Amino acid sequence: MTGTGPVSAEVGGAGGWLVDLLAHPFVQHALLAGTAIAALSGLVGYFVVLRGQVFAGDMLSHVAYTGALAALAAGVDLRFGLFAATVGVGVGIGLLGGRATSDDVVIGNAMAWVLGLGVFFLALYTTYRATGNSSANVAVLFGSIFGISAGAAVTAAAVAVALIAVLLVIARPLLFASLDPAVAAARGVPVRLLGPLFLAVVGATAGEASQAVGALLLAGLLAAPAAAAQRLTDRPWRALALSPVLAVAAMWLGLGLAFAVPILPPSFTIMAVATLEYLAAVLVTGRGRAAPRRCGGRSGRGRPH
Amino acid sequence: MGADGGLSWNLVDDVRILLSYHFMLNAVRAGTIVAVVAGAIGYLMVLRRQSFAGHTLAVIGFPGAAGATWLGLSSGFGYFGFCVAGALVIAAIPGAGRAGNGLGGYGEESAGIGVVQAFALACGFLFVGLYRGFLSGLNNLLFGTITGITDDQILVLLVAGAGCLVALVALGRPLLFASVDPDVARASGVPVRAVGVAFLVLLGLTTAGTSQITGSLLVFALLVAPAAAAARLTARPVAGLALSVGLAVLVTWLGEAVAFFSPFPIGFWVTTFGFGAFLLATAYRAAADRVSRRPGVLAVAGGSV
Repeated sequence: MTGTGPVSAEVGGAGGWLVDLLAHPFVQHALLAGTAIAALSGLVGYFVVLRGQVFAGDMLSHVAYTGALAALAAGVDLRFGLFAATVGVGVGIGLLGGRATSDDVVIGNAMAWVLGLGVFFLALYTTYRATGNSSANVAVLFGSIFGISAGAAVTAAAVAVALIAVLLVIARPLLFASLDPAVAAARGVPVRLLGPLFLAVVGATAGEASQAVGALLLAGLLAAPAAAAQRLTDRPWRALALSPVLAVAAMWLGLGLAFAVPILPPSFTIMAVATLEYLAAVLVTGRGRAAPRRCGGRSGRGRPH
Repeated sequence: MGADGGLSWNLVDDVRILLSYHFMLNAVRAGTIVAVVAGAIGYLMVLRRQSFAGHTLAVIGFPGAAGATWLGLSSGFGYFGFCVAGALVIAAIPGAGRAGNGLGGYGEESAGIGVVQAFALACGFLFVGLYRGFLSGLNNLLFGTITGITDDQILVLLVAGAGCLVALVALGRPLLFASVDPDVARASGVPVRAVGVAFLVLLGLTTAGTSQITGSLLVFALLVAPAAAAARLTARPVAGLALSVGLAVLVTWLGEAVAFFSPFPIGFWVTTFGFGAFLLATAYRAAADRVSRRPGVLAVAGGSV
């Protein structure tokens, strides 16, 4: 590819393609909801990774699935079950406190059963509600961001903006409490209140993100950009800013790619770009580079309470 | 226990009816093999606090099976190929091959595992999309089925399961040592890193086999629930291992039997019975601790904080 002619033609083609892309209402809705959800996931994900709660986030993604299917089986709005279940369980594991959230066996058992319940609701739903068509189930599991309606997109974006606002308000004490819970508690930060509150936000984020990339993939949207950001910079505030940028970039590139190559589902392309971001961060920084560690975390067993 | 939940007005008759179907006979054979291996490997997974890695390996079977079906291969190839490859990828994540990083450690390892998991699921969704008309099988891949297990599959499961158990016995003492106290083990010349990688590969093989019965999303129930229950009932490793295997087999048999007589899929029953066993064991532990007036330290669970 030498010479300026083909290159400029390519740029013109790309511009035209972009205009073409943005002209579709379903793409506009996907971009609106997707951008807000990705920014939220990036911000929340940073704290999830910092606090070592990726497994809990994964658990909440399974809860999202079960909640949505319970709502479908009961015949109410899917999002009602989604948010009620994720926020409820988030607050619940937050209130159980450090012992439950740091014990992966308890989370693992609860997660396995939650998923089993999801299958139960799926069976109820396919037997009594749906007519042999399990597309709603697939949409919950793997997302359908190109199928999001205008109303749902606006609602999702508004909820995401509200959650981002909540998170920004608690960001400073939360960061303190995450990096060094003991000192934060001594300095008067309400550590016990912040834990459940944060997990409630994670739960609501799980509900939001499962509308975009599906319940099964949202742990990746939480973890990948945040882990990449943590590898690229040591400074907490900079990483906190970088994480949503990476998440939104993954969302935009993923949506564009999925639009350009119709055979690729958007959930796959978004996750693929996010995974590449993390992989690139690992390759750039080398394997030895580690994220900022919590005080006293050197033994690798649990965190101090 | 929960056995009476089914249609058991005459238990002997019910069992005879159940086993008179060839597919149920195959399901019981396969389920028994899988439960024995999952119970044993799962016990060590719980001991090593690698539940998140186990869950991720379980989930990786889904893109394996979907990809193999898309390419027209036997799904067994996909399960075993992807799960073993996934084990090696997870072993390459810095620190993830060590014991004790399931959740209690830093966020970095679990974030890496979370990314692997979400990407694997996204790939599975892509393969399902590429293979048109496959969608009806999606739920069986994810949530398992007791019908349609062939004699060939049982042979493969038997070979893989026997191999896993032989390898587990061969690793035996160093693995246990490295799991319980990695630092002392390393100091006494145990190749902790190599043992950790070998264990992850074993875990991958186990999840690959189990996936074919319970579905990718519910393997984890069979891995974690009986093992966690056993760890709460006894602190002695060998007794715990035996108990874990026994509970896994019991849970699988009950789940298969009740699934046969009920409209709900096996995944729901296996997870429910497993979770029930875990809750009963936890309650027993709490009661026993209260009686002996010792603080509730779960000696086996790797000294969970």
